[in-house]
Amino acid sequence: MLLPSTKPSDGTNSDAPGRVRELGPALEVRGLCRRYGRSWALAQVDLRLERGEVLLLAGSNGSGKSTMLRVLSGALRPDAGTIKVEGFEGRDEQRLRTALVGHYFNTYEALSALQNVQIFSRLLGRPSDRAALMPLLETVGLAHRADDAVHTFSAGMHKRLALSRLLLQQPAVALLDEPYGQLDPEGFALLDSLIDQMRQRGTAVIVASHLLEHGAALCDRALLLSKGRVQWTGPAAELPAVSKAASASRLAAARGT
Amino acid sequence: MQLFAALHKDLLLSWRTRAQASAVFAFGAAALLLLSFAAGPDAEALRHNAGGFLWVALLFASVLSLSASFQVEYEQRAMEGLLLLPASPRALYYGKAIANWLQLTVLGAMLVPVMVVLFDAGTWRVFPLLGVIALGAAGISAPGTLYAAMAAQLRAQQVLLPLLLLPLLVPVLLACVKATSLLVMGDPMNQLGSWMLLLVAFNAIFWPLGGLLFGVVAEE
Amino acid sequence: MSQSTSSPAAKGDRSRLVAGILIALSLVLLSIGSYIGLFVAPPEFYMGDVQRIMYIHVPTAWNGMLALTFAMVMAVAFLVTRNWKYDTLLEAGIEVGVVFSFLLCVQGSLWAKPTWGVWWDWDPRLTTVAVMLFAFLGVLALRHFVEDPVRRAAWSAVATIVSFADVPIVYFSVRWWNSLHQLQTSPKMMDKAMARPLHINALAVMALAAAFIILRAKLAETRLRDQLAPPLPEANPSPIALAGAPEPATGGKA
Repeated sequence: MLLPSTKPSDGTNSDAPGRVRELGPALEVRGLCRRYGRSWALAQVDLRLERGEVLLLAGSNGSGKSTMLRVLSGALRPDAGTIKVEGFEGRDEQRLRTALVGHYFNTYEALSALQNVQIFSRLLGRPSDRAALMPLLETVGLAHRADDAVHTFSAGMHKRLALSRLLLQQPAVALLDEPYGQLDPEGFALLDSLIDQMRQRGTAVIVASHLLEHGAALCDRALLLSKGRVQWTGPAAELPAVSKAASASRLAAARGT
Repeated sequence: MQLFAALHKDLLLSWRTRAQASAVFAFGAAALLLLSFAAGPDAEALRHNAGGFLWVALLFASVLSLSASFQVEYEQRAMEGLLLLPASPRALYYGKAIANWLQLTVLGAMLVPVMVVLFDAGTWRVFPLLGVIALGAAGISAPGTLYAAMAAQLRAQQVLLPLLLLPLLVPVLLACVKATSLLVMGDPMNQLGSWMLLLVAFNAIFWPLGGLLFGVVAEE
Repeated sequence: MSQSTSSPAAKGDRSRLVAGILIALSLVLLSIGSYIGLFVAPPEFYMGDVQRIMYIHVPTAWNGMLALTFAMVMAVAFLVTRNWKYDTLLEAGIEVGVVFSFLLCVQGSLWAKPTWGVWWDWDPRLTTVAVMLFAFLGVLALRHFVEDPVRRAAWSAVATIVSFADVPIVYFSVRWWNSLHQLQTSPKMMDKAMARPLHINALAVMALAAAFIILRAKLAETRLRDQLAPPLPEANPSPIALAGAPEPATGGKA
């Protein structure tokens, strides 16, 4: 098990991994920049997320939402800026304390659902026998297909498997990139309830989603990205209106009025 | 420990994709057949060069095998998922490299009977021969796993992996061909040990080097 | 890339000046050394005048190895510091090394045909060079096929280190393999009259190699500057309100 060695930057004692600290935000981002070819996918993004807060990350295609989540998860290296998860800095800390459900399912198609989960569980150093992990698969509604090869699964089932990995990791910050895509109504409700459970447990959640009305109801706050920059941030309920205004002004600018 | 978890994963994957492995074996056997046609029907010459044929065929088949071992990691970005757990790149490397080594050893061992039949190139010294195959497979696997991880992430991977790997493996080829020929044709001056030593030295350089550099190649 | 006091254009001119001086120097030295080697130095006892090719062959060999060693050092430097300067020098070093390796193989063949009667005699050193030629051509191919500049730099650094680690073991394996077939005959002892033009030419070729590396690295730098983004985006013009934050965000510039 990879134990991070960095100390928290605000001078308090470092905690064992997995133990959430009493004080301080779950996530603090300052001046985040990430290159994309000749332009910037992310330009000076600032963000602060408290424990148990659910943030809606909105923005048109290509605005940088996926890149931002991948940088926060530790998959991509930022070109500038600082990221602190639970007060700890460093990519290894990010990987340890966040979990990403992204556009790819991170699965071994040739193996069964249970085997996939067992691999994650073993690498996390947890008990990985069938008895320990079946409840997890039941939660995401895959218990009846636990021993089937993942390449026989539909996209929605792949997504559910990815969600089981999220539950296994129990991160401080959950990063969900368009998680509602591919899910059937049951899966939709499942995800809603999972996010709610995470909120209650004190896990911060960032949901990148195009479903603005749904997101506005589900989330506490929202952040609107445009061309890599933060265009607006505020209560989630206000987002649909803001977003409409923003795209209207973009259209107007494009038309030259 | 993460290494055991990674190794378990890779052995499981090797087992589950064994149909593909048998196709690779068929390719290796076909390559041996073609090489025998290229050399002509002179029985003595065939026997003399059997070691060379075996290892050239095995090298080409290894490229396919190594390539396949990383297909599964990148088709749904499984490896990235593991790295984000976080899993240490070093553990993932050694797990994959050891599994590849075992797979290549089995492949080599299975090609031996083909060599014996096609080239009349048998030997009673079975254990030393297995030793040569094991050392050679290890030598192929160490840098091969590193390069295959790179190549699998690029579009031109069919071309790049052999181009990068084969020149690097010249010492392995030389040593294994020599050692195999000595076992088949006789070893009056007892040179087998020196060639085995060369293989050990090659492995001693590249197994640590691979583990050290894998992190650069696997992450973004 | 780090900002510095002189503009890229000024630095480019300075490099070109240095390279120009080095090329001029090398041409002068090369003419002196070659003149001595071709006309003044005594012919070798066994091989006669054909042996004079050594005066360009050996310097090419030394400097080819030097260029590849340089590339290896640059590779390590890049991985440790992640400074782009080392990537440009790496690219230049590999290309110069590859060209020299190719020239070595050509020269070796030209020497071998009249001397041994065959174009290739599996001499361990030359065979090692041939293998290295292919290995480093592979690294150049890798650079060609990777589009992302960061990945390209990091991966080719890895491939360079791995290929370089192979050099000694390739040499020993070929030497062993060959020693069973053929005796090594190459002049080990050299009298002073032969050594002097050799050293002059070696210096000349080194100056030439250095000049090529400087120019090639400059070219790589220009291309890189095209590919990498312009300077970091500026801080946000007005502080963005962060819910719950005790102080406004400053969006610090790196």
